[in-house]
Amino acid sequence: MGEVGANVMGAVFNLNHPAHTVDWNFIHMSVANVVVIGLMLVVFALAILLPFPGAERRRGDAS
Amino acid sequence: MSATPTRSSSWTVRVREAGVAALPPEKLLPDGQPTYVASWIYVFGVASIASLVVIITSGSILSLKGPAWWHYTGVGHFFNSVHMWSVELFFFVMVVHLWGKYWMAAWRGGRQRVWITGAVTFVIAVPTALTGYVSQQNFDAQWISTQAKDGLNSVGVGAFFNVTDFGQMYSYHVLLLPLAVVGLVTAHLLLVRTHGVVPPFELDRRPALAPPPDGGGAASASAGAGS
Repeated sequence: MGEVGANVMGAVFNLNHPAHTVDWNFIHMSVANVVVIGLMLVVFALAILLPFPGAERRRGDAS
Repeated sequence: MSATPTRSSSWTVRVREAGVAALPPEKLLPDGQPTYVASWIYVFGVASIASLVVIITSGSILSLKGPAWWHYTGVGHFFNSVHMWSVELFFFVMVVHLWGKYWMAAWRGGRQRVWITGAVTFVIAVPTALTGYVSQQNFDAQWISTQAKDGLNSVGVGAFFNVTDFGQMYSYHVLLLPLAVVGLVTAHLLLVRTHGVVPPFELDRRPALAPPPDGGGAASASAGAGS
């Protein structure tokens, strides 16, 4: 990555510090991991709730 | 010359016949899926396979170029990043796939081996990723390996699985563990094709949701909900 690219990415993500962590009783996790777990839960919920394209047509064809 | 073909008893014939009997071509490569598969929750299995293909492809390129290439060239850095992010995606979609299959009890209908091969694949994928992280040859790899060695030594396997030995970890990462993951995924897929995709629970057969015998289902349900 060139200097310009490094500066742009550096402006978005400042990684020049120790990781931020979440501490709750014995649970000790980085914020990045907490965010990923939260995203997985959101995606899981959306996968159940959102209609699949063409699902109604397929069920209609089958019945 | 006889017109009746003689039946060969060779092992290749026996294997072929057993294979076709267990998994006929129309089940191995079907031209359609049940209507209940038209749901986003059924997408995450194939998403796991797609990300695994990217992992294997990018990892093969990294293996061909040898260790350290990913540090001192731009192209190497790119493929190193593709490899790492495809691993992140693989675990992300595999966990959502696992949750979906757990809550629909995907071991139903004689699918125990499907569930077991999937669960074991997840368990094997974890050390596959770990050996990759400790093979990076940077400060991150040093940090992870020096932290992991304490945990592994505490359970007595440090002498056999030394996370500070780059050669051993790299061999595990590029050959032994990927072979296990790909073999297990192949078995998992063939078992899914053999048994079919697990159907959702049959809600209409659950006693709590069945209409009462007097035919006043909607009214009774409304009264129940308001009481």
